[in-house]
Amino acid sequence: MGAAPAGQPHGAAVRIVNKWLSHRATKPTAFVLALCPLALLISGAVHQSLGANPAEALLRGTGDWVLRFLCLTLAVTPLRHLTGWHALLRLRRLLGLFAFFYGVLHFLCYAWLDMGFDVAAIARDIPKRPFALVGTLALLLMLPLAATSFDHAIRALGAQRWRQLHRSVYAVVLLGLLHFFWMRSAKNDFAEVLPYALAIAALLGWRVWHRLRRGALHERAAGLTG
Amino acid sequence: MHFIKDRGYNAPLAEGITPRSVLEQRRRFLKQLAAGGAGPALALWAGREALAQSAGPGKLATLPGARSAVSGAVTMEKATAYTDVTGYNNFYEFGTDKSDPARHAGRLKTRPWSVVVEGEVRKPGTWDIDTLLKLSTMEERVYRLRCVEGWSMVVPWVGYSLAELIRRVEPTGNAKFVQFVTLADKAQMPGLRSSVLDWPYVEGLRLDEAMHPLTLLGFGLYGEVLPNQNGAPVRLVVPWKYGFKSAKSIVRIRFVDKQPATSWNLSLPSEYGFYSNVNPTVDHPRWSQATERRIGDDGLLAKKRPTLMFNGYEAQVGQLYAGMDLSKFF
Repeated sequence: MGAAPAGQPHGAAVRIVNKWLSHRATKPTAFVLALCPLALLISGAVHQSLGANPAEALLRGTGDWVLRFLCLTLAVTPLRHLTGWHALLRLRRLLGLFAFFYGVLHFLCYAWLDMGFDVAAIARDIPKRPFALVGTLALLLMLPLAATSFDHAIRALGAQRWRQLHRSVYAVVLLGLLHFFWMRSAKNDFAEVLPYALAIAALLGWRVWHRLRRGALHERAAGLTG
Repeated sequence: MHFIKDRGYNAPLAEGITPRSVLEQRRRFLKQLAAGGAGPALALWAGREALAQSAGPGKLATLPGARSAVSGAVTMEKATAYTDVTGYNNFYEFGTDKSDPARHAGRLKTRPWSVVVEGEVRKPGTWDIDTLLKLSTMEERVYRLRCVEGWSMVVPWVGYSLAELIRRVEPTGNAKFVQFVTLADKAQMPGLRSSVLDWPYVEGLRLDEAMHPLTLLGFGLYGEVLPNQNGAPVRLVVPWKYGFKSAKSIVRIRFVDKQPATSWNLSLPSEYGFYSNVNPTVDHPRWSQATERRIGDDGLLAKKRPTLMFNGYEAQVGQLYAGMDLSKFF
């Protein structure tokens, strides 16, 4: 994704934002910020401030951040188009990798705190529970994306194939949302699921709308010239 | 593969239990104090301590209970901290998050309060809460509590056997089941706005289950009256069943001849049955019931402990279900 829209005149404000985003301190800052949720969770666990059921708090906390980083990753392209902050692209890979990072932590919390790393019990447990199965599938789908996130992999695959492979992030985010939805369906309580559902609907909806509009523009252009 | 050493947990560790002789010595000492060996203020405190094994933080009215003589009524396991018992629980009338009850139950008015007893009884009537409080001797019962969600606690409740009330209202020969109806007041309970369950919350027991001496009509915990979030002013505690069977803030007790409707069974009949006895061999459709996490006690990295049949009360209640297929009557 993400061919830059052509020919938009940018004001001084947009130029300043892009300059800031291109600063060499931006990426390390984003990296440190992305680690803050983990630091807070660890500190909460150490200081016993995660409430009565810290295992549950860690499991939920890491899971929340997977969805948040996935939404942030998917927000980069629409934001670039809408605002002209093209230098955001520099952060997309980092955001995606942190979604994967928190996904791995989320799984480790389950495997360790809930299942005591009992591999046989985990293998029995996951297929029994549809919501766990869907979550596991989402994490497995993130593996090839994380593994091909290096410049070298892009060159080796070729930009076209790399882009096709990385479209599976749409499947990942929808499976992740389904995982959360099914988990909460026990209590019929979707208050926490709804904001993610709306955000993901908006982010994917924008892509559909954008593609349709671009198609229409192409057709019109073809009509004018042909 | 195990990275954590299997403690093979089951019984409480011996070093965690106060030896009986020491315990009795302490109680004797406290009783002596209470009898007037110290100043009146100290005597008051000691009197309470001699009665209740566990003391709350002292914010609510005291409700001491004598040590229960009912078989199985006082587990020696370490009681869960008061803050966890009162800050982490389910009471959907105040919201579905486990911190919601403590946050939102403050506006629940527990006086005046009355409980209507009706149906197949010779003496139907309305019981004022203050009459109920004086109906029988308050006992402290230290029960394990196992939530259907897979966590557990140990709670020092105060109350008396529900059988005490049942005997006084004289069920007729037609009474086979007891239904419990709980408060549903939109003005006091913000959770009623949600359609998670049909309100009011209703629960039920077979009459013999309701008559079992372990089935408690609870009025307090930790030597004090129930905090609102734990089902004040009067609730049911059935220690061998999943926690949701123990209806909170009861306003109506109805004796009926047919198995009554229960809220979770109405909502998800494939997942929650009428009996809902704690049973490690019958999994919930969406998770295993074989193990549980003891709130506050087990370290974060400790292996979950095995769940016991009938929550460890098999010796006391097993015979109620003799010959029943418990995977069918779950």
